[in-house]
Amino acid sequence: MYSDKVMDHFANPRNVGTIPDADGVGQVGNPVCGDMMTFYIKVKDDRLADVKFQTFGCGAAIAVSSMVSEMAKGKTVDQALAITNESVAEELGGLPKNKMHCSNLGADALHEAIRNYRDRQAGRAPAGSASAGGHDHDDAGSCPYCDSALETEDRSVCKACRIELEECPACGGITKKGDATCLHCGRPLPGKA
Amino acid sequence: MDRIYLDRIAATPVRPEVFEAMRPFLTDAFGNPQSLHAWGRRAQEAVEGARAETAALIGAESAEIYFTASGSEANNLAIKGLAAGQQARGRRLVVSAIEHTSVLNSVKALERSGFSAVLVPVDGQGRVDPAAVERELTGDTVLVSVMTANNEIGTIEPVAEIAAVCRARGILFHTDAVAAAGSLPLDVRALGVDALSLAGDQFYGPKGAAALYVRKGVRILPLVDGGIQEGGRRGGTENVAGIVGLGRAAALARTEMAARAAALVPLRDRLLDELPRRVEHVRVTGSRTDRLPHHASFCVEFVEGEGMLLFLDMKGFAASSGSACTSKSLKASHVLLAMGLDHATAQGSLIFSLIDGTEAAAVEALLEAFPPIVERLRAMSPLYTDFLMHRGS
Repeated sequence: MYSDKVMDHFANPRNVGTIPDADGVGQVGNPVCGDMMTFYIKVKDDRLADVKFQTFGCGAAIAVSSMVSEMAKGKTVDQALAITNESVAEELGGLPKNKMHCSNLGADALHEAIRNYRDRQAGRAPAGSASAGGHDHDDAGSCPYCDSALETEDRSVCKACRIELEECPACGGITKKGDATCLHCGRPLPGKA
Repeated sequence: MDRIYLDRIAATPVRPEVFEAMRPFLTDAFGNPQSLHAWGRRAQEAVEGARAETAALIGAESAEIYFTASGSEANNLAIKGLAAGQQARGRRLVVSAIEHTSVLNSVKALERSGFSAVLVPVDGQGRVDPAAVERELTGDTVLVSVMTANNEIGTIEPVAEIAAVCRARGILFHTDAVAAAGSLPLDVRALGVDALSLAGDQFYGPKGAAALYVRKGVRILPLVDGGIQEGGRRGGTENVAGIVGLGRAAALARTEMAARAAALVPLRDRLLDELPRRVEHVRVTGSRTDRLPHHASFCVEFVEGEGMLLFLDMKGFAASSGSACTSKSLKASHVLLAMGLDHATAQGSLIFSLIDGTEAAAVEALLEAFPPIVERLRAMSPLYTDFLMHRGS
């Protein structure tokens, strides 16, 4: 299920912990979707002199956090901002499809910590504060084909199996776009506009 | 490394006697039970022998047993087939909130075709109150389904009481006994149930062989239309070897059940008592008194189930969890949420289910291996850091 690299970072995570006098703290996630990450950064001469994290979540979430901390450490703030969730997943040798959304939030958490650092620098946030990123996880339902969780913000396509989806106006179920009838209630679907 | 299997609810090994009973029907005795010739007769006799053994496990008659390919199929056939058979009388269904998804999703499918359904809540131990079921029994209610025991929390439900309440009003009652059959003594007449699902892979039979009991005289419509197999209730050539395996496993379970439970209950209780003693903030889920003999389930606070499963696997222990991260759909267990647990606690779900032959030493090894795993995960958990900070202040 997980690559060797993911398992290595899960079993031997780098940079676990907190930084009590951190220059920036960022959080993402919530227990509803199962994953929460907190990143702490120490900035010196515009570089991330130290990065630490804590994560509540699955193996992928822990491995992602570890990888992000390793990728970010020693980088300039701008370089760290260029790290994306996708590049982290790539660096880990890939993640299972259904973990891409929920667990792959490490870069977001790091970026929140940098945002908090900049807010503090600009006097917009007090020392000891933290920036929390949104990660809504209302029950967006799951793909009727591969059962992967769908994203709240965009249910028109399954990110895992790439099937185009639509909501059945009759029963509200998520069904395949372009089909003549709903997968769930069998009622005819309105044709493509 | 010695591996220790503690995930009986996912699968049991096929007993050697079961495999030997199946073997001829995978090779020489390949006949179709519906054929008139000697090959056919041999297969048919084997299927009917297995039907009698399966019926005997639950105190039913052979003619009341319909073989299916899985517990899920048996549940689908029960819910959809019984509801379809009764729909002239009414279109309302009553099921518990902690049913298996094969029951809940069958109910959802019926709702899309005009039935209505009510989910009866459970208490903090996952127990369904028969009085709460009774309150939902309106005039147009045609079917009630409450499981015999829950696979995630081990709680045994008061099925006989619920069945009595339904029978008094002439409403059909089905019980999903997949988690219980073969492990608990069940008698369909004493329980008073109209239909009951069971699956052989939960008691040392092969996967792919399960059954639905339907009381004689109860109207049920098929899901698979076809030939005359299974009394016209399920078309398709019989899975002869699988059915023979199910029958043999049922016979073994019937004679060995009491001894198996007597051996496993002390190990189960050791886990239920000791794990919360060795690790802080661990709670037992489900009932302590009305509980499957092989089932120990917990919620470990401040950590998530998949991390625990991965570390346990590295140490050679196989377990399972109802956490969102361990499910592909990334939803927390509906069972734990129905019991009133919050999402964060439900994420720490952990289930150890014991197979026969598990040694006391294996349980002790688990009790030794487990605390450092939790410690490791809590050391990286922001929820635990938060908890420690607020406890300090």
